[in-house]
Amino acid sequence: MSRAYRDVRVGEELPELSIPLTRTMIVATALASRDYQDVHHDPSLAAERGSKDVFMNILTSNGLVDRYVTEWAGPAAVVKKIKIRLGAPNYPGDTMVMTGSVTAKDDSGRSVEIAVKGVNAIGPHVTGTVVVQLPEGSEG
Amino acid sequence: MSAEDYEARLQAWVGRELVAERRGQDPVNVPMIRHWAEAMADANPVYLDDEAAKATGRPGIVAPASMVQAWTMRGYAATVNPVDDGSSAGFDELVALLAEGGYTSVVATDSEFEFQRELVPGDHISVSETVESISPEKKTGLGTGRFVSTMKTYRDQNGEVVATQRWRTLRFVPADKPKPRAKRPRPAINADNAFWFEAAREHRLVIQRCSACESLRHPPGPCCPVCGSFEWDTVESTGEGTVYSYVVAHHPRHPAFDYPLLIAVIELPEGTRLTANLTGVAPEDVEIGMPVSLEWLDADPDLTLPVFRPAVPKKED
Repeated sequence: MSRAYRDVRVGEELPELSIPLTRTMIVATALASRDYQDVHHDPSLAAERGSKDVFMNILTSNGLVDRYVTEWAGPAAVVKKIKIRLGAPNYPGDTMVMTGSVTAKDDSGRSVEIAVKGVNAIGPHVTGTVVVQLPEGSEG
Repeated sequence: MSAEDYEARLQAWVGRELVAERRGQDPVNVPMIRHWAEAMADANPVYLDDEAAKATGRPGIVAPASMVQAWTMRGYAATVNPVDDGSSAGFDELVALLAEGGYTSVVATDSEFEFQRELVPGDHISVSETVESISPEKKTGLGTGRFVSTMKTYRDQNGEVVATQRWRTLRFVPADKPKPRAKRPRPAINADNAFWFEAAREHRLVIQRCSACESLRHPPGPCCPVCGSFEWDTVESTGEGTVYSYVVAHHPRHPAFDYPLLIAVIELPEGTRLTANLTGVAPEDVEIGMPVSLEWLDADPDLTLPVFRPAVPKKED
């Protein structure tokens, strides 16, 4: 069930993933990442600080990019790099649609680079690249 | 202090430690991994199922790579009630220096993780942070600011580096956004008067005319008050009128208007009258009968209204 390095080709696209951004999910992920900043769970304090509502924290953006790529790569994949640029906030009620494609392969470390994008109704929330190390053959 | 001095003081931070090494409250553990995996809806079995992890060649379960930062978060109590243990003295000092330059707002722009190895339950992670670079002042959509790049280094209980994270924030001078002005109250538009407001949007001042007896009428209505006919068309006014009457409104004040507010009944040469604001004239200079000319006020994308300005006297030569 894990993806093998030799079966991956550059240009290959990852299946699209839609993530509903519920208020509960935004709060639960902030707390699961031990981020207690009020803008991630308290709507009135978020508004006081100039935000229209609570919004997703950065640790969660990283976590969802991690999840998206490893769901495709399979459990044997080892994550080596996650580089993200942040854009439009993820507000409750929105949906983030994640897409990705394989941009490079490196035989020496059996590593695969995937370009990832997560877009919500406002625009790109996150753009970046992930590098994972994959097993050689089908034993994984 | 000169700009050069300030720049030098900022650049002196490059390479300096911002946050001294600080150990996470708890070692890597299964309950926190479960909490994370459930919230992220991450079903990768290697995080919670020892057998599944072993099947991938690992000695047992591992923590999600992206979770490394979570192991070093300070937690609830320290967030709501920060205790100064001296570890972030550098950070506080740099924030104060940036505030001195007016860069009081902050937004994170980039996070770049590199992972040296996977974490397993029992690992105890600590983090320290040093300044990598502080950019020259740049103009951004949020305001003028500087990008501050730092490097967070995550180490295990043996002092070995397990991950690094380049962290970039924009420290900026918040741009002054002019507050959008309140919109004028909406007119009550219905099937009988919509034509008049639609013509106004095209900058045409129209007057309803009875098709049967040719009487003009305003405000618009469904039937002719003279002959009772429901048939009508319109004529366009020249827009040259006179002040028939007026009032000066002082209170109550609506935020869409400037006060004192001149509200006049304008008599049009065609014979009808309409209510409109006067513009370009002080209340004390308004006189009954004074000639006025039509102007258009595009109040907002949905509302255009006629206003009247004192007419420029025609030169007699």
